[in-house]
Formats: sequence, C-alpha cells, structure tokens
Amino acid sequence: MLQKVVRSTVIDAPIERVWAVLRDFNSHDQWHGVVDTSRIEGNERSDQVGCIRSFSLKDGNRIREQLLTLDDREHKSTYCIVEATVPLQRYVATVTLKPVTDGNRTFWHWESSFATPPGQERELREMVATGVYEAGFDHLRRYLAQGGDLRAPGSAPMPTALPVASRRAVLHHYGGPEVLLAEDGQAAPPGEGEVRIRQRAIGVNYIDIYLRKGWIPSMLPIPGTPGMEAAGTVIDVGSGVTGLMAGDRVAYLGPVPGAYCSVRSVPAAWVVRLPPGVEEDTAAALLLKGLTADMLLRDLGRVDRGTRVLLHAAAGGVGLLVAAWARRLGATVVGTVSSEDKARVARAHGCQHVIVTRDYRFADAVQRAVGGADLIIDGLGDAAGAENFAALAPCGHWVSLGQASGALHAISPDLLVQKSATFSRPVIFAYLAAPGQLAQRTQRLWAALDDGSIVKPTVERYTLDAAGQAHARLESRQSVGPLILVA
Amino acid sequence: MIKVYVSSVIDASADNVWQRIRDFNALPLWHPAIADSRIENNEPPDRVGCIRHFHTRDGGLIRERLLGLSDYDFNCSYEILESPMGVAEYVATIKLTPITDGNRCFAEWSAEFECAEGRERELTDTIGNGVFQGGFDALKRHFGRR
Repeated sequence: MLQKVVRSTVIDAPIERVWAVLRDFNSHDQWHGVVDTSRIEGNERSDQVGCIRSFSLKDGNRIREQLLTLDDREHKSTYCIVEATVPLQRYVATVTLKPVTDGNRTFWHWESSFATPPGQERELREMVATGVYEAGFDHLRRYLAQGGDLRAPGSAPMPTALPVASRRAVLHHYGGPEVLLAEDGQAAPPGEGEVRIRQRAIGVNYIDIYLRKGWIPSMLPIPGTPGMEAAGTVIDVGSGVTGLMAGDRVAYLGPVPGAYCSVRSVPAAWVVRLPPGVEEDTAAALLLKGLTADMLLRDLGRVDRGTRVLLHAAAGGVGLLVAAWARRLGATVVGTVSSEDKARVARAHGCQHVIVTRDYRFADAVQRAVGGADLIIDGLGDAAGAENFAALAPCGHWVSLGQASGALHAISPDLLVQKSATFSRPVIFAYLAAPGQLAQRTQRLWAALDDGSIVKPTVERYTLDAAGQAHARLESRQSVGPLILVA
Repeated sequence: MIKVYVSSVIDASADNVWQRIRDFNALPLWHPAIADSRIENNEPPDRVGCIRHFHTRDGGLIRERLLGLSDYDFNCSYEILESPMGVAEYVATIKLTPITDGNRCFAEWSAEFECAEGRERELTDTIGNGVFQGGFDALKRHFGRR
C-alpha cells in the first residue's frame, strides 16, 4: 500500500526568487535545517536531470536521491530516493510552485508517495510531512527573509535589528535651496509593520520645495527631512510584515516626508515590489508623478476621446506624463511652457498646441486653439488664477495641483456658477489610502510604461549631498523631465 | 492563442469555497459583475454539457457550456458559446487547491482564447483584472480577512 503525503504553503516572495533556490538540487544543505551536508555525485551540475545528490542529515542518516524531472516553465522538480538509511521505499516526490498573481507571492506544493515496512506507515508519513516538508517551508521562509539566497556562499548573514548608517538631507530652518544640508545619521531597525530600505533613487517633487519653504509646517516640522518617495532594496522587515522580504526591489510613496536619505524604515503599506523591467531610477522618477497623472486622467478628468486638456508646465515631470497619457486616451492637449526648448519637448510628448508664456497669459490662445478647456491641470497657482478661469470651457473642471506662483486666493462659488464649473484640490495620498489602491494603481502605471502610453523619462540625477542644487534647478524652471537624488 | 492566468489565496477551506462556486448557475450569488443567470432547458447545473445563460451588470448576454466539473479536484471548466466580448475558442478553468498550512486555499482562474489583432491587451485586462480578479476579490471579501 503506497503512502501519500501532501503539504502546501504560501511563501511571501515572487516565484522567480523561490524557484531560483528550489531548482538547485544541491541547495538544500543551505536552507533546510535537517540537512547537514550535500554534494552532487560525479561532478555533475545540480540542474542536470539524472544527477544524484548524496547527503547526510543532522540525525546521522544518509540518503542518495536522483533528479527525475526539472521544468522551469512549470516550476516543477521531481526526484526519487535511490538509497537511504531510512526505510522509505519507492519514494518519489514532486515540488511544484505556482505564482499567486494577486500579491506576487508563491504557492508551494510538495507531495510524495512511498512504501514502508509494515507498521511504520504512520510514523514515516509524519516524519516526511512535518520533519521534512513543513519544516522545509519554515526554513526556506527564514532563509529568504535573511537574504540567504542573495549572499555569496560562506559569508555571514546580514546583521538585523541594529541601526544602520544613513546619510540624509536635513532642514534646520525653512528657506531657500541652501538650507538643505547633508548629515550623517542612523536608520533605526524597522518597527512593527515596517520595512527598512536601502534607497538607491529618491524622487524630487514640487511638494518638497513647498515643505522646504515652510508653507506646510504641520507636515514637515524642523529639523526635518523632505521627500515623499524613493526606490531601493529591502534590508530587513519588522514583525507582522507579509509580502515583503530582504532583497526585494521596491519603491514607495507615503504621506509623511523623510525620503531624502540613504536608508529609511517605512510602513509596509506604502511599499510596492518593482517588476523586473522597472529600474530604481525610473520608479523614483515616476511613482508620485505617474500616480498623480493616473488620478488626474482617470478619477478627476475622466479623460476620453475629444476631451480638451489645458496642461500647465507641460514639459515638467507630471506634465510630460499627463500629455502623453492623455493623448493616448484620445484627448486634445494644449500645453503651456516657459521656453521654446520646452515647447519642443512638450510637442514631442503629445501636446498638439503649445503656448510659450512667462507672464501667465494664455486664455485667449487656448480659446482660439480649442474653444476652451474641459480640464485644466494647474500647477501655477495665484498669478494665473484669472487666466485659468477665462480658459475654462462651460462645465469644465479646474484641478489645482500646485501653486508655483503663490497660494491661490479663495474662489467663490458665484464665480464657478458662471461656467457651471468644478474646482478640485486633490491630494494623491487620499486616493492611495484604501487597501489595494497603491498596488492597483502602480500596476496600471507599469502597464502604461510597458505599452508605450507613457515613455520612460530621461532623468536628471543629483547626489543626496547636492539636494539643494536639485531644488534650485527645479525652481529655476530650466529642467525638463523629472529629477532624482541618488543615494 | 491568448492566455490569461490569475491566482489568489482565499482565507477559507477549499471545501467551503467550492460550495460557493461549484454551482454553474450561481454566478450572480458570488460574482459582483453578474446580474442574473439560468440554465437552459431546465437541466441541472452540475450536468456536464449544460449551458448557463446570464447577463452581466452592464447588460451583456453571455452563454457558456460546462465542459468539466470535478468535486475531487475542485475544478470546473467551461467554454463561451456567445458573448459581446469578441473572443473565439474561449475555454476557461477555475480551480481550487487546499493549502495544508492554515485554513485557506489557492485559487486559480485561467482562460485561453483567440481575438482580433490589437485587442489582446484590452481583453486580457478585462478578463484577468475585471472578471477573474474581481471574482476572487468578492470571494476574499465574503470569506473575511483580506
């Protein structure tokens, strides 16, 4: 009578990472706690179908097993016992992995059939099920969490739960770009529900400048570090974190500033894993701006074929994304820019009409070009208030995204009624607060990058120590496309 | 041939989830995008070969034939006979696998079909993110924790 054992679990890591360990027929002495030492006989490779691993267990037993099937497409490995000091007869086992697409995790199925000497069925089933399979699930989980698959064989595990040095840009008082000073500090170990990230690229956004100027002191008290988004690699995770582990390439976006640094602990809920095709630089340059574009076009503008969009700062970080994406959705895009150079860039990214202006005069040109805008994406603020209203089409929607020229004065409902207009002042973080929103929206962003709806941006890079220069550059209105800091 | 594959983990035993989804006529009871359903010719909904005739919430009529049903493997496959989606040779399978550690199961929903050139991405998104993931999200909500 053949005995059958089936055990399965879910591992919080992408299938590629789990499979990279399990497809190696000789890796088990590194991750499985019951295996002492293992070698492949006859100098064969450990992914050679037919190869034999000869290993000893910590309890002194010795086993030889042969690899019968290895399938990288099905993520499947089958093997049998050739010889063993434990009484498992005709033992054939199969490991199968499947992707959990909802969360980018891995389902791991491990099963076997075997015969035993009479009377030992129960004992041996138990030994295989709990001693080998269930223990193996736990041991592999721990191995991945410690980044065991990422370090060179023989090197020591990474220290965890210790502070790690972190260079950061700090404000001691509000003011111009020169008040951003780099200092050495430490990043505390991740608390409950947090992950600690070795940051490679940090996004620079206009909100960072507002915070530096002290326009929103409640959001960034001094001394403080600005920055809303970054991308890098997970160093370690705090208790209660599922779905992320050491070694994962990630990006994050959060409502609490502090990203201008080299190592940071942030809530796991802010964090998304990066798909293989998306680099850290691109992620840091795109996350906040791209999700903002997604919110503007989908949630607020309901942009569709024929929608007339007036886009200010059309050659800026958000502008280029919105222009290209809106165009792909069938909109007519009118952009304003401050120079002829920028006009060329804006045209290349999908603006059909470009208005070059440095004095906030554009309403007549918009009316002439398209007869009014159904959607205005306004980062200009107060100096352009009256012109924006004049450029708006009946039933149009004016979205105030930023206030580069100064805080907008109050807009009276009596003004809006003249055009049956809508005015919005959205905050991206409110659109990301519900569970699942961040993952869903970023997935849409990567898909847009993949299908060419938006083009991978050319980024301008500054070091963390030169964060002030990056701010000066962004404020000078000379830059084209997104800026990032590299750490 | 276009392939769509979506999988998820649902916090309930495969037995419990299977009870909710095995009835070929029960889509409106658990899938939020489906408005109504009936089985043609008064056949029982677990007779392989029976046809379900249902409407999506946006009014589309879809007819699907049950191709296979296994209470042992917890899987069900079906083909589309008629739909407004513009797919041909559409065959889909929904399958549950128990996860032995914890009272939960692994759910897979996959489909293969042909379509007009240029519509692959749109249909993959509608079917994968809309129909399949939308169904799993509803099951996850129904069975508690997310």
